[in-house]
Amino acid sequence: MKHIAIGILGAAALGLTASAASAGTLDTVKQKGFIQCGVSTGLAGFSAPDDKGDWQGIDADFCRAVAAAVFGDGTKVKFTPLSAKERFTALQSGEVDILSRNTTWTINRDTALGLNFIGVTYYDGQGFMINAKKLPGVNSALQLSGAAVCVQSGTTTELNLADYFKSNKMEYNPVVFEKLEEVNAAYDAGRCDVYTTDQSGLYGIRLTLGAPADHVVLPEIISKEPLGPAVRQGDDQWYHIVKWTYFALLQAEELGITKANVEEMKASDNPEIKRVLGQEADTKIGTDLGVSNDWVVNIVKAVGNYGEMFERNVGSGSPLKIARGINALWTKGGLQYAPPIR
Amino acid sequence: MQEHDTSWVRTEMALAQQAPAGVRGPGAWVRKNLIGSVGDAILTIIGIALVVMILPQVINWAFLNAQWTGIDRTFCATVAQGGIQPDGWSGACWAFVNAKFGQFMFGRYPIEERWRPILVAILFVALLVPLLIPKVPRKGLNAILFFLAMPILAFILLVGGMFGLPHVETPLWGGLLVTLSLSFVGIAASLPIGIVLALGRRSKMPIVKTLCVVFIETVRGIPLITVLFMASVMLPLFLPAGVTFDKLLRALIGVSLFAAAYMAEVVRGGLQAIPKGQYEGADSLGLGYWQKMGLIVLPQALKLVIPGIVNTFIGMFKDTSLVYIIGMFDLLGVVKLNFSDANWATPQTARSGLIFAAFVFWLFCFGMSRYSMFTERRLDTGHKR
Amino acid sequence: MASQEILREEPSRASFVNDPKVRSIFFQVLVVVLLGAGVWWIVQNTIDNLARLHIASGFGFLRGRAGFDISDTAIAYSSDSTYGRAIVVGFINTLIVAGAGIVTATLIGFILGIGRLSRNWLIRKICMVYVEIFRNIPPLLVIFFWYSGVLAVLPIPRESINLPFGSFLNQRGFYFPRAVWGDGSWLIFVALLVGIAMAWFVARKARQRQMATGQQFPVFWTSLALIVGLPLLAYALSGFPLTFDFPKQSTFNLTGGFQVKPEFLSLYLALSCYTAAFIAEIVRAGIVGVSKGQTEAAGALGLRPGSILRLVVVPQAMRIIIPPLTSQYLNLTKNSSLAIAIGYPDLTATAGTVLNQTGQAIECVLIMMVVYLVLSLLTSAVMNVVNAKMALVER
Repeated sequence: MKHIAIGILGAAALGLTASAASAGTLDTVKQKGFIQCGVSTGLAGFSAPDDKGDWQGIDADFCRAVAAAVFGDGTKVKFTPLSAKERFTALQSGEVDILSRNTTWTINRDTALGLNFIGVTYYDGQGFMINAKKLPGVNSALQLSGAAVCVQSGTTTELNLADYFKSNKMEYNPVVFEKLEEVNAAYDAGRCDVYTTDQSGLYGIRLTLGAPADHVVLPEIISKEPLGPAVRQGDDQWYHIVKWTYFALLQAEELGITKANVEEMKASDNPEIKRVLGQEADTKIGTDLGVSNDWVVNIVKAVGNYGEMFERNVGSGSPLKIARGINALWTKGGLQYAPPIR
Repeated sequence: MQEHDTSWVRTEMALAQQAPAGVRGPGAWVRKNLIGSVGDAILTIIGIALVVMILPQVINWAFLNAQWTGIDRTFCATVAQGGIQPDGWSGACWAFVNAKFGQFMFGRYPIEERWRPILVAILFVALLVPLLIPKVPRKGLNAILFFLAMPILAFILLVGGMFGLPHVETPLWGGLLVTLSLSFVGIAASLPIGIVLALGRRSKMPIVKTLCVVFIETVRGIPLITVLFMASVMLPLFLPAGVTFDKLLRALIGVSLFAAAYMAEVVRGGLQAIPKGQYEGADSLGLGYWQKMGLIVLPQALKLVIPGIVNTFIGMFKDTSLVYIIGMFDLLGVVKLNFSDANWATPQTARSGLIFAAFVFWLFCFGMSRYSMFTERRLDTGHKR
Repeated sequence: MASQEILREEPSRASFVNDPKVRSIFFQVLVVVLLGAGVWWIVQNTIDNLARLHIASGFGFLRGRAGFDISDTAIAYSSDSTYGRAIVVGFINTLIVAGAGIVTATLIGFILGIGRLSRNWLIRKICMVYVEIFRNIPPLLVIFFWYSGVLAVLPIPRESINLPFGSFLNQRGFYFPRAVWGDGSWLIFVALLVGIAMAWFVARKARQRQMATGQQFPVFWTSLALIVGLPLLAYALSGFPLTFDFPKQSTFNLTGGFQVKPEFLSLYLALSCYTAAFIAEIVRAGIVGVSKGQTEAAGALGLRPGSILRLVVVPQAMRIIIPPLTSQYLNLTKNSSLAIAIGYPDLTATAGTVLNQTGQAIECVLIMMVVYLVLSLLTSAVMNVVNAKMALVER
């Protein structure tokens, strides 16, 4: 009896809050005039504050792109650095509107944690980094039996690590920390032989070490780590805006629309470009989504297309120098593919 | 009646005699304090050995070999580590502390706005010092200014967003600024809450009493870190959807409630030490409960437990360092954060930074404990037998 | 009119509002209502939030596969074990570090506390400096100091510092040979037990004899001979079954032997050093609290200084010392939760990891709180028993 009562109450409350929420995020965001974006506490190339305290990186830029879509102004974002532990609660409780924090998309997080991942902004995989100077002759992860491995606790990385060593019948000694800075410091001080996290992260972390040249990233990739932004469940409109912002970034790259040429492109007579940039007569693509019709123009003006965002933050234009690889567009043999905007 | 023989009475004082040679002068002091017995002598030798072993090393490391100035890690690293110091060098890297001093004090508080915390600090000292010196008059006015006017002014100055001051978000705060704000608010909030809890625990109303006992014993039984976890991870789930509040504020609530439980026990000790006659006397004068407590009992009880209260303050001041674990950057957190700066990574950095932080904490805690001893002596009005 | 007069004639009863009983009931009802409303509001919000966000609830997750590894495990554990077992592993680690810390802190604390009352000026001052330093800095800082300031700057495994008895010290911790018990080593343990039993028996007899005749018996030396000698004898008889597994270099680390990891070492050292300063003050206060007349009277009876301390001062001082000592033990246990800052897998750290992997914040924090609470209550219960025993000595 009591359970039923609680159930009914809960269900009633669910209905109430769900409707409130679906009216919610876009309106509340518009009302406060900025988007609250959850980022990492500092991971070079994804989200890290520069010397002036401005957040840089793919994850940070993605939030700027959403702000550009909603407000026509990419600067209307506020960033909240979140630890691995806090990130989901922060999104669930409404402390942030988007969680754009190199978070791996898994079924558990979609179904049990109340998140909705909007797509994969970066296809990553877990790798290993070692100090080649101290460990000459190690060039494969399969030689790591007996090593002390530094890893951040409470991540999928920690689980993959356990699975990998177990399936290869190797021993290891986990050295776990709560915070990324602590893992970095411990690895740099030599507390462990191996550092494991997403490969992109390893390249970023390598730059912050005392002697970056001494460290090599081993070739093995032991897991799929599709990293992407997530929003709360139960607010389809907001989910669509964030999801299509991501697709618009891809579409812009596919059509060759860049930050530099977006104004000229508006005058293009290619019907697809015209449609995407909202130059078609009586277009309702943007307004149906809940934003203005020139939303893609605003996005590209603010952060460029996906390719530009990638190269600037983690690719050739950054100290990380990561190759596009599987993050290239589908037309170039990669996995990045956007459904048509029409 | 007793017979008195008064045939001889000495009329002048005898000359004072010199103390025996054995109990005066440095020689005797050494004999008494250092080599009183064989065991003592052995202990002294061990002690001297300890001092000789440790002290020169510490002095060498902290002063003689220390690197005071420099702009990056090369100044604190040996040649083998890629620096300028000779191999085998070991000394404090005060250059690191020097370079990061601004961060240690204010965190990432914008540089052009740092006059605001500095002004608050000046105000704080200017109001606190006269409050602490017993001879300075106008204590009441001073206390009102310190506990009411100053917090409001400090809040306006630090947070900004009004009167033309740019808004500075609390995630930008850090260093000693966060340590001191947390402690001040925690101290100011925990004392009244603690008093209420202590009164509740001694109340004759069974329900109120039970609630207070349960709260106090639960909080005292769990570590602060779980309270902070609760504040940072669980609190958002307790509030209606979309309602959130500042991380610093959450930590403040956690720290204050935690300290309040300890404060309650200290205050209860004081309340129990007040003789029953005082309560009965107040009742017979026709005073109500709050008048009785406020005018008769609490002034006496609190005076008795000043050392305990100050000890709780010291404990809380030290405990503020735990907010580092939930991702806020107090003094210790900022110092720790800067170890990962590749520009300054040397074997000496961590040690130097931590010793600096330890020194700052020590200064505040030691100061508080000495002041409490001073007050205790001054207010000692003969309750102790 | 009449009724008014009747009312006026009965003013002797105090006003309803001023009746303390009524007030008390009203006030308590108010508190209960307010508290109930608050709790209902929080529970309601939580149910809403959990349902809205599709967060699972309940403790069923404890039976799920953990999937992560833990570095220090006292009981069998692998990534295939359950979340529940992971938390138990953490709990045992908490007990280990708290237990070790309590023993060491008590030892150092008593030495320092007695040292602060020494007649020797130098010893007094050294002890005072120690106490004043450690009392006034945060325990977390002490932990970091050991971890990043001392242990992290030790040499790498390849250049380990060699210590006597085949032990090594490097930045991965302290390695020492592990005893490997061969066939017949059960005899040694039996001998040890027999030795202890006999020592206890001798002590009892000796006391009875002293009570009866006043003659003393060298209990200490006899016991030592029994407890050490018997196992040694058994060791020789069973053909020296004990061998040692010495730590050796391998590709990455030293292997073999017994490794004490720097996380445990720094936490243990920090907790011991920090709490010892407080225990020293308690011990000092306890000894000072025994009136001087007791010492003088014992001296007048002809007891030697050592016996005075052991038979007269300490038993009385203990009565003052035990209650605050209990709260220091509790503090140490609670402070062991700071392990999370340096990655030692204690209860807080493993429960935190489970929280992260499952997202069930409420359940995990609840488990943490309940375990610490029970631990605290148990410790105070045990110390209360000890305290009661001490108090009975009074005649």
